Amino acid sequence: MGVGILVEDLNAWYGTTHTLQDINLHIPANHATALIGPSGCGKSTFVRCLNRMHETNPIARATGTVKMGDVDIYSDASPVEIRRRVGMVFQRPNPFPTMSIYDNVVSGLKLNGFRNRRILDETVERSLKQAALWEEVKDDLKKKSGASLSGGQQQRMCIARALAVDPEVLLMDEPASALDPVSTSKIEDLIFQLKSQYTIVIVTHNMQQAARVAENTGFFLNGKMVEFDSTHKIFTNPRDKRTEDYITGRFG
Amino acid sequence: MSSTRMTPERESRSPLPVPSPLPNAPAASSTDAASGADASLSPIRDFLSKRGSGRLADNSFAAVMLLCACSIFAIVIFIFGILVVHSRLSLMQFGWKFFTRQAWDPVSGDFGALPFIYGTIATSLLALCMAVPLALGVAVFLTELCPRPLRAPISFLTELLAAIPSVVYGLWAVFVLVPLMRDVIGPFLYKTLGWTGFFEGPNFGVGLLTASMILAIMILPIISSLTRDIMNAVPNSQREAVLALGATRWEMIRIGVLRNSRIGIVGAVMLGLGRALGETMAVTMVIGNHPDISKSLFAPGYTLASVIANEFSEATGDLYLSALIEIGLALFLVTIVVNAIARLMVWAVTRNAPARVN
Amino acid sequence: MMRTAINYLVSGLCILATVLVILPLIAILFYLIYKGASSLNFAFFTRIPAPVGESGGGMANSIVGSGIILFLASLMGIPIGIAAGVYLAEFGRGKALATAVRFTADVLNGVPSIVMGIAIYSLIVMQQKHFSALAGGVALAIMMVPTITRTTEEMLATVPHAIREAALGLGVPKWRTAISVSLRTASPGIITGCMLAFARVAGETAPLLFTAFGNQFWSFKLSEPIAALPLQIYVYAISPYDEWHRLAWAGSLVLIVLIMVSVTLVRIFANRGALKGGS
Repeated sequence: MGVGILVEDLNAWYGTTHTLQDINLHIPANHATALIGPSGCGKSTFVRCLNRMHETNPIARATGTVKMGDVDIYSDASPVEIRRRVGMVFQRPNPFPTMSIYDNVVSGLKLNGFRNRRILDETVERSLKQAALWEEVKDDLKKKSGASLSGGQQQRMCIARALAVDPEVLLMDEPASALDPVSTSKIEDLIFQLKSQYTIVIVTHNMQQAARVAENTGFFLNGKMVEFDSTHKIFTNPRDKRTEDYITGRFG
Repeated sequence: MSSTRMTPERESRSPLPVPSPLPNAPAASSTDAASGADASLSPIRDFLSKRGSGRLADNSFAAVMLLCACSIFAIVIFIFGILVVHSRLSLMQFGWKFFTRQAWDPVSGDFGALPFIYGTIATSLLALCMAVPLALGVAVFLTELCPRPLRAPISFLTELLAAIPSVVYGLWAVFVLVPLMRDVIGPFLYKTLGWTGFFEGPNFGVGLLTASMILAIMILPIISSLTRDIMNAVPNSQREAVLALGATRWEMIRIGVLRNSRIGIVGAVMLGLGRALGETMAVTMVIGNHPDISKSLFAPGYTLASVIANEFSEATGDLYLSALIEIGLALFLVTIVVNAIARLMVWAVTRNAPARVN
Repeated sequence: MMRTAINYLVSGLCILATVLVILPLIAILFYLIYKGASSLNFAFFTRIPAPVGESGGGMANSIVGSGIILFLASLMGIPIGIAAGVYLAEFGRGKALATAVRFTADVLNGVPSIVMGIAIYSLIVMQQKHFSALAGGVALAIMMVPTITRTTEEMLATVPHAIREAALGLGVPKWRTAISVSLRTASPGIITGCMLAFARVAGETAPLLFTAFGNQFWSFKLSEPIAALPLQIYVYAISPYDEWHRLAWAGSLVLIVLIMVSVTLVRIFANRGALKGGS
């Protein structure tokens, strides 16, 4: 089961660039929330602030409060502890090239020192099934390198990897932008299946995708969140002129 | 707002967005937390939540890595420090004049480094004169002219030259190059170029010229492989631009490649110089080991490195040892400066280069 | 017309240069095989040097001695070098300190090996009042560090950042990411770098002259002078005895073969690793 996320006065910088300005937002638990906006609007930075990946860049900085459930992730815990509770799927599939499919999927467990074989086996099967990849790879789990799969399979494996740690929140940063349409639709189906069990935040520049998978949608522009509402409302009757311009394709 | 309200939505799997809490709904946070806590902890979540923050391990790891990195500074400082300490006798006795005095008399304790400085500079420069044109030729051949299938084997062969130990070069030089110099090359040079005065006196085969030749062979691969990297870093657009103006291949190389990479090539040559200045074993074995300053290239000589190699273990008396260590100190400082300049030049060219294509 | 002629002339000169460069290599290899192989026999690998005037004898103690010194050097030099490389690639991105370390490593790489020899002599041999295998190992280790540091850094730099992010995003601590993800992915290249550094110091003579010093007999103690193959080759090469010259050639052949085999093996190994890593 997922937890909700409450963001208050979040600001973020890259060097001297103020990439996120005063973001306030509540992301409900066990729903999919989409973040849309033109590239460079800060939506990726925003999700990276939710698991403190933002600060892995030495010149990056963030202030404000992000509460995951009742844990303030910037003051109550270390980045490592937060990231264990939050799965992240990146823009491009990034399997560990030296590891087998099996090891890739449970890497979050093994690299954190988890050794129970039986649970590892179960986890591989569970998360690959959740990621709809089990049937395709179950025969060469340990034989094939994770990097030998196709792009779409790799991305689903990366989703399985994120799910294997049994996270409460799943962050997806344009997970389908590097994939072909067939793989994209598989990923979207997946999100649809998974959102009842996890709090999903998905960044996308594809508005149809947002409309298809998410209950709520936020529109980002120039580092600010212009509007956040139910997806239906955003796409049919936005309050803000800029949102309307964007969704009707007048810019971006 | 409660989890019961959410359940039907989940089960309906409706593709249509449903109304949901507005941003910053006040009570939301606590409700969500409760729903998270309701779920019984899976063994995985339980395990991961009990793992520590890893802060201590991370910080100590970073500290150890930093320490090892800083050990490189420590090594340089330590070498400098220890050489200064152990050469202080000689430093105090002779001061700066040490480097301009020609005497080298262990018996009476009179030491000066000038013959070694002369020998070192003479052999290194001569070696550069021989090696640089050849190295440039090889580099140009490999980057611009060589048919593709030959490229890898030839560059592998030139790199093999770099893998041969100094002492093996020395052995080869003693038994092959020295007789060749004595019986063939020497007499020929005397006959053709004797009038210059550089090829006077008895020719035993050992001496400055032989040492320079073996040095040239040894520094060739360094210069040519670096030059090759630098030329590869020249973007193809530069070559095409020059070719498009109707230039021949050589004009393209001269204008499009060599001109663009000249700083880097100078750097590569300086690196070769640094290597030549400090090369010890092969030179010691064929230079004749005699502290003379002679115009003739047939004459035996001595370099900074070879006098250390040859006399260090026999050095009796503190002043003698100290003078040898001071020579080491001088060699250390000179090679540091030469290498530093060379590195800066090479960096200036290759730092922003695109990934090397093999 | 003139321009075409110059073009051909220069091309010809470049080819000539390449031939002139490969010629000495072939000459050296030819002599090594010709003179070395004829002097190689079973005794060479099993016996210690015979006294002057007696024929026979071998370099068994030198081969073992080299092995001991190189093992010591690797034990010290490889971990420090890799760790420093990890610092440069994983922690030092964009830091002035890292640039300084990188630069110092490059400069240290150019310091003549004989200087390392007298520095270690002053540090260890003078204090202990005797030459030792340990001193030789330390001198060679210092020579390995900068090379390994730089190759480790270069190889780690080829590991895509996305892979590190994947590990960090799973809540893997940075140290574990560096070891199990970055280093493991870059390991073929790093092993190559270590082997090349090893091969380079395996043939070094100058830093051993006043540290390991050499020994005509068996020695296995770290605190005693020890024989080493390059040292023994040097001593024999400058000696006046034909029998010893013969042994010097044989020793050189063995040394070169050991070095070339390790370098070539590493090339094959690294290429295979590269193929596996890609795609």
